[in-house]
Amino acid sequence: MESALSRSGLWLVGLLIAILACAAAVDSGFAIHMGIVGLACVIGLIVTLRGVDLSKAILAPDQGRYDDDPIRWGVIATVFWGMAGFTVGLLIAMQLALPMLNLGLEWTSFGRLRPLHTSAVIFAFGGNALIATSFYVVQRTCRARLAFPGLARFVFWGYQLFIVLAATGYLLGITQGKEYAEPEWYVDLWLTIVWVAYLAVFVGTIVKRTEPHIYVANWFYLSFIITVAMLHIVNNLNWPVSFVGSRSYPVFAGVQGALVQWWYGHNAVGFFLTAGFLAMMYYFVPKQAERPIFSYRLSIIHFWALIFLYIWAGPHHLHYTALPDWAQTLGMVFSVMLWMPSWGGMINGLMTLNGAWDKVRTDPIIRMMVMALAFYGMSTFEGPMMSIKSVNSLSHYTDWTIGHVHSGALGWNGMITFASVYYLVPRLWARPRLYSLRMVNWHFWLATVGIVFYASSMWVAGITQGLMWREYGADGYLVNSFVETVAALKPMFFLRAFGGLLYLTGAVVMTVNVWRTILGHQRTEAPMRDATFDPAKDRPIVAAAA
Amino acid sequence: MSKPRLDDATGVETVGHEWDGIEELNNPLPRWWLWSFYACIVFAIGYCVAYPAIPLLNTSTKGMLGWSSRGDLAKEMTAEGLRTASLRAELDKASIEQIAADPRLRRAAIDGGHAAFKVNCVQCHGNGAAGSAGYPNLNDDDWLWGGDVATIHQTLVDGVRQPGDDATRMSQMPAFGRDGILTAAQVQDVVSHVRVIAGEEKPSASAQRGAAIFEANCAVCHGAGGEGSRAVGAPKLADAIWLYGGDRKTLTQTITNARYGVMPAWGSRLDPVTVKMLATYVHSLGGGEEAPAPVPDIAAAAK
Repeated sequence: MESALSRSGLWLVGLLIAILACAAAVDSGFAIHMGIVGLACVIGLIVTLRGVDLSKAILAPDQGRYDDDPIRWGVIATVFWGMAGFTVGLLIAMQLALPMLNLGLEWTSFGRLRPLHTSAVIFAFGGNALIATSFYVVQRTCRARLAFPGLARFVFWGYQLFIVLAATGYLLGITQGKEYAEPEWYVDLWLTIVWVAYLAVFVGTIVKRTEPHIYVANWFYLSFIITVAMLHIVNNLNWPVSFVGSRSYPVFAGVQGALVQWWYGHNAVGFFLTAGFLAMMYYFVPKQAERPIFSYRLSIIHFWALIFLYIWAGPHHLHYTALPDWAQTLGMVFSVMLWMPSWGGMINGLMTLNGAWDKVRTDPIIRMMVMALAFYGMSTFEGPMMSIKSVNSLSHYTDWTIGHVHSGALGWNGMITFASVYYLVPRLWARPRLYSLRMVNWHFWLATVGIVFYASSMWVAGITQGLMWREYGADGYLVNSFVETVAALKPMFFLRAFGGLLYLTGAVVMTVNVWRTILGHQRTEAPMRDATFDPAKDRPIVAAAA
Repeated sequence: MSKPRLDDATGVETVGHEWDGIEELNNPLPRWWLWSFYACIVFAIGYCVAYPAIPLLNTSTKGMLGWSSRGDLAKEMTAEGLRTASLRAELDKASIEQIAADPRLRRAAIDGGHAAFKVNCVQCHGNGAAGSAGYPNLNDDDWLWGGDVATIHQTLVDGVRQPGDDATRMSQMPAFGRDGILTAAQVQDVVSHVRVIAGEEKPSASAQRGAAIFEANCAVCHGAGGEGSRAVGAPKLADAIWLYGGDRKTLTQTITNARYGVMPAWGSRLDPVTVKMLATYVHSLGGGEEAPAPVPDIAAAAK
């Protein structure tokens, strides 16, 4: 009762600050954002006041069970934001092919929807998947309940508020103009608070563990949480123009600013999309395959090699720019050295199936995991190759980069997340099985074919673009104007959008499947595979009478 | 914590750890993986020796190959400069008329102009120089300021309505409606008249009233019959070619508020040779005109 009262007080203080900031705001975007914060406080207040339940307050949560509430919310949020992010992705892919879909409105123009798409898929879909699975995995592999359960709930809801503020900000035109770090200073500060809380819950749970050793998945999760905190803070060192306004100026300028941005940007890929998702792989692949991890030694070596080498590779985003040559060289050679440490994760994942390869044929969830690892391996080969300067001089600024990112994002991050969601949903909601395994199979094929369309069309588009940009005639003059190179890519833009449509369709199938599983439904369907049996032939041969 | 045991399926020993049922095998690092990793490291070290790599206090190591991106660019630019130096010198020395008269120089100028056009001009005049609303089509012979090569060259050098350039193409159509010179009804009459002489609609009472207003207000620049005037860049109205559009709505807008199309003074943005190339290229597009006959001496004619 007392805690409910004091919590209501906190919500009221939050509401008051939001109202004051909204009233004093120097621009409309900031005012709208403070309105959203105020609304969040009102919702929090109502939930706190209505939720005063004495019986619940007396009954302590069952210490004999894992704390799975925030994980259930996180799985639902993952599916929800995934749908949102993929849908916006399809829309902006169509905008590139058919510019009239920009609708002539500032809020729906490509420039504002594009960061909405990237942040929705990376931070909302991927981030929720990482937070949910890390809470699940760290409890199971430490054999301990979450430390600070209240803080864990704050992490979940605080992160959702961050997503809403970031997304609405993009539509309103509030941006720092830094790729993957678009949210402005006050949203950055909020995320910092949430992230530190996340670190506390995660580390606290590891400290509480009853297992003697820390499992490899938790090393990866921990490196992801710590490094993202460092990257986020350094790249967002901005000074606000007004403390009640949405604009700020970065501390780093010029080429230093660019280097800090791409140190951040590349390690967002390295620690958010690689280390974090490798952690998911290290738990869910052996669980689903019911096999031991292939090599403990490989997991140690490739973990330390990966996190040591990744952090230096950022300058390869700035080849042939004002960045000094020596920094470009180091960015390139660290990327090349990164190839094998990245592949260590793929090897450990794939070879874990030793002794269970038949499951690729019979279990669509395993098939998804194998495809995720295959795309992970492909992207982590493609990346070092594209960082080589002579390759980069062709690929830089072209759609090849977009194709590379999506073979990683759709193939690796998407597939491993879908597989983990399919693993988690029946267990979290205590259902005997998924609503439909055949729908998982449909999802697998829709997504796989979609990625193939996406990646191959962008390879063709990127190489076409790169070759057209650098084409000189015999007279020594450039052959193509920019708009001619754009016109040449139009068929590829349609193929890419088609690939995106297939991928989105697969995600719709997943949403239905997850929804029905949560509701407790089970589809009556033929099993995926069954040995043939013909009762007519199941009899001895009797010699006919002569 | 379990004890190390042999895994049935693979015959490999486990490490002896166990978390939530997950064990780990004690396989060694795959040899091909390890040697590939070493090879990448050796390549990285070799590359760092060959190329600029290690930062020092004020500079960095230069690398054994002596390569730098600025040096590389300078080398390529010097080579290209040397290759084209004699041709550029010739183009620089020759007047725009001389270039037009010399087939070899003209060909070289058109090629260079074509490339420069794609970088500097397509944004407004379109990829095929066909123009768009407000930006003239350069493929036809309907010129605003004149279509012989010297005139095109001057238009390019000084631009259109560029403040700060004394020789810029300058004129200003009055905003007949906005400034109250004509009433809204009179503007509509002029619209009718202009559309009649352009062959866009049939004569009407409105067009007849408009003809008188046109005579008093517009003919001074656009000519009594709407033939236009290159001296002030007034478009010809008696044809189906429109700069901003010939529908009633656009014409009403044009006459009410006037237009003020601009083009940069390329003489202050590009080098003289490139501007000459652009003029030669634009002249070659299809509507280029011969240089006008020398203007007869008016003083002599008066005698």
